Amino acid sequence: MSDATLARSGQVPTRKVAFRGGGFRPVAKRGIGFVVFVALLLVIEWGTRAGWIGNLTLPRPSDVGQTLWALAESGQLWVHMQPSLTRLVVGSLLGVSLGVAVGVLIGLFSYARAGLVPLVAALFPIPKIALLPLFVIWFGIDEASKYALIALGTFTPTVVSTYGAVDNVDRTLIRMGQSFGLTWWSIVRKIVVPGALPGILSGLRVSLAIGIILLVAAEMLGAEYGIGAYILQAGSLYDLEKLFAGVVILSALGVLTSSGIGLIERRLLRWRA
Amino acid sequence: MKLALEQITHHYAGLPVLEDISLSIPAGEILCIIGPSGCGKSTLLRLIGGLERPDFGQVLQLGEPPEGCLNPLTYVFQDFALLPWRSVGGNISLVLEDHGIRGRQADEIIEDVLARTKLSDFRKALPRQLSGGMKQRVAIARALAVKPAVMLLDEPLSALDAQTRELLMDDLLALWTRQPFSGVYVTHNLAEAVRLGHRIAVLSRRPGKVREIIEIDLPLEERHHGHARLDEVQAHLWSLMKQEAMAADQELLDV
Repeated sequence: MSDATLARSGQVPTRKVAFRGGGFRPVAKRGIGFVVFVALLLVIEWGTRAGWIGNLTLPRPSDVGQTLWALAESGQLWVHMQPSLTRLVVGSLLGVSLGVAVGVLIGLFSYARAGLVPLVAALFPIPKIALLPLFVIWFGIDEASKYALIALGTFTPTVVSTYGAVDNVDRTLIRMGQSFGLTWWSIVRKIVVPGALPGILSGLRVSLAIGIILLVAAEMLGAEYGIGAYILQAGSLYDLEKLFAGVVILSALGVLTSSGIGLIERRLLRWRA
Repeated sequence: MKLALEQITHHYAGLPVLEDISLSIPAGEILCIIGPSGCGKSTLLRLIGGLERPDFGQVLQLGEPPEGCLNPLTYVFQDFALLPWRSVGGNISLVLEDHGIRGRQADEIIEDVLARTKLSDFRKALPRQLSGGMKQRVAIARALAVKPAVMLLDEPLSALDAQTRELLMDDLLALWTRQPFSGVYVTHNLAEAVRLGHRIAVLSRRPGKVREIIEIDLPLEERHHGHARLDEVQAHLWSLMKQEAMAADQELLDV
């Protein structure tokens, strides 16, 4: 007979050891996000129909849906999307690629670090929207000033996340590269940049979200078409349905870029557990 | 090719770590360096391979490295230092690419070194899929790929469990018997030192000085567990190191 059963047959008080581990480990649950979103919409719909949400407080979700549908049907959606997407893509491409380059330089060279980190720290907290008039003077009222605004807005967070990521690259891997006689350029290309990629990509999520925020700001001045222009127009007329239709498009854009980065992460960072 | 260390002295932030170390590493022999923790063994190894510059003294390379040698002084690190984003094959090709070896020629070298380290089936695996022992074998394969004149092994078995360590020790012995290489093997494990070292340099605690160099005149292939001569040497090593280790243990760390 085993010890365990022996112990149980005796007249000692016996209790099960209570489980006290577990938790603190959130896992992805499929579809929950969607359910929360739909539930929220249903509550608002119900509220606006029942009347305990005034129609000046929030527009009816179904009305917003209809506005969106009409916008898509008339072809106006694409008229507004196309310039906005171009601005976002060109601006953030400029900002992000420059930001990664400067971030890697700061991560690798003492002088670049000493000289540029304070500069980036000084640029980061400036609300870029405040600089829009300045950009209009510098780059004209056309597209260039909009690109510049979005580029500057995505540049600073990208620099900060990139040099942080380069700092976190395992130094023993770099020593290994040196010990095998790899050239400086090989070490940067094959060890530093891939090692920093996880950090760069997660920084990119923040940068692109800021890019979308600035898109609206950029379209405040001298833009006839664009999602931002559409929202601002609706806002100044207190047309809440249109306003919310525009906001929905921006949110969708945010979700789309974020999941796009998620896709890139899954493809490029397969080596992570 | 021989290596000679001449009166190497080194400091870290004013604190002497190595003092007047002179050693020679003849071709085809393995020199083990042992000493209590913090005596500067690993620093010494980094100095030998040129990853750090000594304050005084020099490391000399006597004679030319053998034909076909891509990287004369090649390390095997304690923590393997494999690129996690490259497969086993990719980690080896990394050190060949810079020498312009690609395609067929690289393939042949990779196949060969993987076969020698019994890793042929794992060429496409990623480091995270491998056990510690396998990772270190990949690192050894990578070192073999550049045909080193001297292998610099920095506690290569210390991150592994006891059984794996035993298996890998056998592999290292087999590699050496098939094709003798020169090596510097840093360890704090006396049993490893007497199994693999033709000569064993015992360092004192910080600042590290050479206390004694012991030669073991028993061929590597005849060394196995419980060999009387090896036990004798190991006991002697322990008697040398015990006082040092105890004293080193009592020191406050302020580096």
